[in-house]
Amino acid sequence: MLENLTSSFGSILDRFRGKGKLSEADIEEGMREVRRALLEADVHFKVAKDFSQQVGKTLLAESRLKGVSGAQQVVGAFHQELTNLMKSDAPALPANPGHPMVLLLAGLQGAGKTTTAAKLGLWLRQRQNRRVLLAACDLQRPGAVDQLVTLGKQLEIDVHAEDPTQPGVDPVGVAKRALAAAKKGNYDALIIDSAGRLHIDDDLMDEIGAVHKATKPDGTYLVLDAMTGQDAVESAQSFSAALDLHAVILTKIDGDARGGAALSVRQVTGKPIAFLGVGEKPSDLEEFDAERVAGRILDMGDVVGLVEKAQEAFDEEQDVMDYQRMMSGKLTMQDLLDQFKMVKKMGSMKKLMGMMPGMGKMSGLMESVDDSQFGRMEAIILSMTPAERLHPEILDGKRRRRIARGSGVEVSDVNRLYKSFQQMQKQMKSMQKMLSGGRSKKRLLKQMGAGGKLPNMPGYKQN
Amino acid sequence: MVFSRLRQSLGRTRNRISHALKRLGGDTSSADTLEALEELLYAADVGPLAGELLDEVEKQMKAGYLNGPGEMPVWLRERLLEVVQGPDGPPLPLVEDGPTVVLVVGVNGSGKTTSIAKLIHHLRSEGKSVLVAACDTFRAAAVEQLTVWCERSGVELIRGQPGADPASVAHDAAQAAIARKVDVLLVDTAGRLHTQKNLMAELEKVSRILTRQIEGAPHHTVLVLDGTTGQNAVQQARQFGERVPLSGIFLTKLDGTAKGGATLSIGHELGLPVLFIGLGEGLDDLEVFNPESFLDALLSPREEAEA
Ligand SMILES: Nc1nc2c(ncn2[C@@H]2O[C@H](COP(=O)(O)OP(=O)(O)OP(=O)(O)O)[C@@H](O)[C@H]2O)c(=O)[nH]1
Ligand SMILES: [Mg+2]
Repeated sequence: MLENLTSSFGSILDRFRGKGKLSEADIEEGMREVRRALLEADVHFKVAKDFSQQVGKTLLAESRLKGVSGAQQVVGAFHQELTNLMKSDAPALPANPGHPMVLLLAGLQGAGKTTTAAKLGLWLRQRQNRRVLLAACDLQRPGAVDQLVTLGKQLEIDVHAEDPTQPGVDPVGVAKRALAAAKKGNYDALIIDSAGRLHIDDDLMDEIGAVHKATKPDGTYLVLDAMTGQDAVESAQSFSAALDLHAVILTKIDGDARGGAALSVRQVTGKPIAFLGVGEKPSDLEEFDAERVAGRILDMGDVVGLVEKAQEAFDEEQDVMDYQRMMSGKLTMQDLLDQFKMVKKMGSMKKLMGMMPGMGKMSGLMESVDDSQFGRMEAIILSMTPAERLHPEILDGKRRRRIARGSGVEVSDVNRLYKSFQQMQKQMKSMQKMLSGGRSKKRLLKQMGAGGKLPNMPGYKQN
Repeated sequence: MVFSRLRQSLGRTRNRISHALKRLGGDTSSADTLEALEELLYAADVGPLAGELLDEVEKQMKAGYLNGPGEMPVWLRERLLEVVQGPDGPPLPLVEDGPTVVLVVGVNGSGKTTSIAKLIHHLRSEGKSVLVAACDTFRAAAVEQLTVWCERSGVELIRGQPGADPASVAHDAAQAAIARKVDVLLVDTAGRLHTQKNLMAELEKVSRILTRQIEGAPHHTVLVLDGTTGQNAVQQARQFGERVPLSGIFLTKLDGTAKGGATLSIGHELGLPVLFIGLGEGLDDLEVFNPESFLDALLSPREEAEA
């Protein structure tokens, strides 16, 4: 989704970057372009207007004050404004939840509430070790109850479900009984799925209002399809007014929608975006981070996201490399091997590269990256002795020839791997320096920003 | 009820020109006029096409045209009528002999299954016999959902095991359609994003299997598009169309506040017509697309559509 927003901003910024000094006319022209890019990205009409005017005003004021703006200033103002627009200090989950923590999901038809309920349940169990109960309160759409029950079975999460065809079974009743069951069963969290409804359907808005009143959720989330156009603002405003929302969950961002809804809903409702749905699998839910996304829009790459994702994969598998050791720059071949395993686990290399700085525009290149190269490198390391893996510096010509034979590759392949390894070792060192500092993430992003070099991953050649 | 209100608004007299545009055509300065027009079009998700139209209007105005009261809205409506594409005759013409196969595709949650339910009802009310294929073997309880709809309309559903190859279900359904000599076979498919290569390949396979079973099938492939979708709609239409040539669009959820203006870009760029619109969650909340009433609704500001 955000890639497209990224590339349109990318080309505008390129234009600014090319110039050392900017005239007022340049700035005005630039802001017009920004506005158009935002509109094409489905950012709401008024938000796009405000945003471009705001940035333009800041820049004009600065340029009057200090003479002419440089390209760098434009980039800075951009990032700042974009971050401001999306940023929020509110945590993804409600701050002081009761026991059980009650979460209610609401939204238009087809936004992805039922799938998200299951994802969120899994997330709470995996990240917070909570025992979760799901409540099937979509009694409207045929098969919706079955859907949640099936998902619950797959994930081994309990579901409170009632037969919607029985008389007297209504959403408020089911929600109340689910809450009672959650208390009785000593669950840590209750997630209430609800039927999709139009924000202008008064009866159904009253109904969800009644569910809200009866269960007093610690947090109510608006589930919003990332492909939504200008209407996102209309529906978000109404839901926000009716339900005292905690935050928004943006779904289906794994498509190529430009995701402008994320910007406008944030702006218009004042509600933060808490989670992103990034795929159809139950594990495809991520926390939203404004700074990260603003950086990504500005083509600074999602370094923080990459590090986090890596961290998570480490946590999952006990015997993988020591993260601290890797970050201290003391990298071994064994670590590299473990990393390959992890990359496999994390999914496609391409997806990872998408998070690297400067990669937004290199989509063609990303296509050519071949996950199978990792298989070859893995084979090389597997042919090394334990000593060689832990102390790669002992790899002399003889050893390299033996390894090449053992793994069925050329010696030059072994050499290349060794070189990538050395490079990575260097980068780990410098990353460690950056991360150990105080405002580390920010600085890291900055260093990785405009014109910054990305850490070379083996198997990827920068041209 | 909201639905009926909007339906009224959609069905109003053909030559009605909305207050908004009348206002635009009044004595406001041309800068104001253009700005109001810009907002109207962008707010309806017309997107970049709005920019092109505005440039045209501006040029005309500079050249001294469209400045009389009411001239501009009339011009704009005419201009949009050139862009918007509706069905040419019946939206889903049936073949002479043998079942007519309609493949229904779209992204997750756009309204495919519900639209199939509406199509069953629509076809049955025209006296056609219908068979349905449940080729969404992926999403939890997708088959159960379709079963409920088929039971409500009393039509037979061909289904496979959960996780079964959708192409094999399509195969069985095609055979059943021939054996039962039905007029129409409606094929529901799993929601998929147009960017998912494997799933798009799977869809191609379903289509291919149908072709192999019944000559000329699928005779119609309908993209179900959520009316609230923004500019991504064009991508959806383009990329689904590259894999399974589309006959047209079923535009859903127009009973809300969204105007579905992205279909203008689809018509403009891909020449793809809108065939039906969805106006609710019930069996009979379907209308054959009518360009004029669609434009009237699109060009009226929200307050008026609800009034
Ligand atoms: N208000 C309104 N809701 C609709 C319309 N069409 C479909 N829906 C609702 O949208 C939701 C999703 O519809 P489905 O028919 O399940 O969509 P789908 O495309 O089959 O979904 P998947 O198979 O999960 O991809 C349901 O709640 C439907 O009732 C419409 O025209 N108006
Ligand atoms: Mg479906």
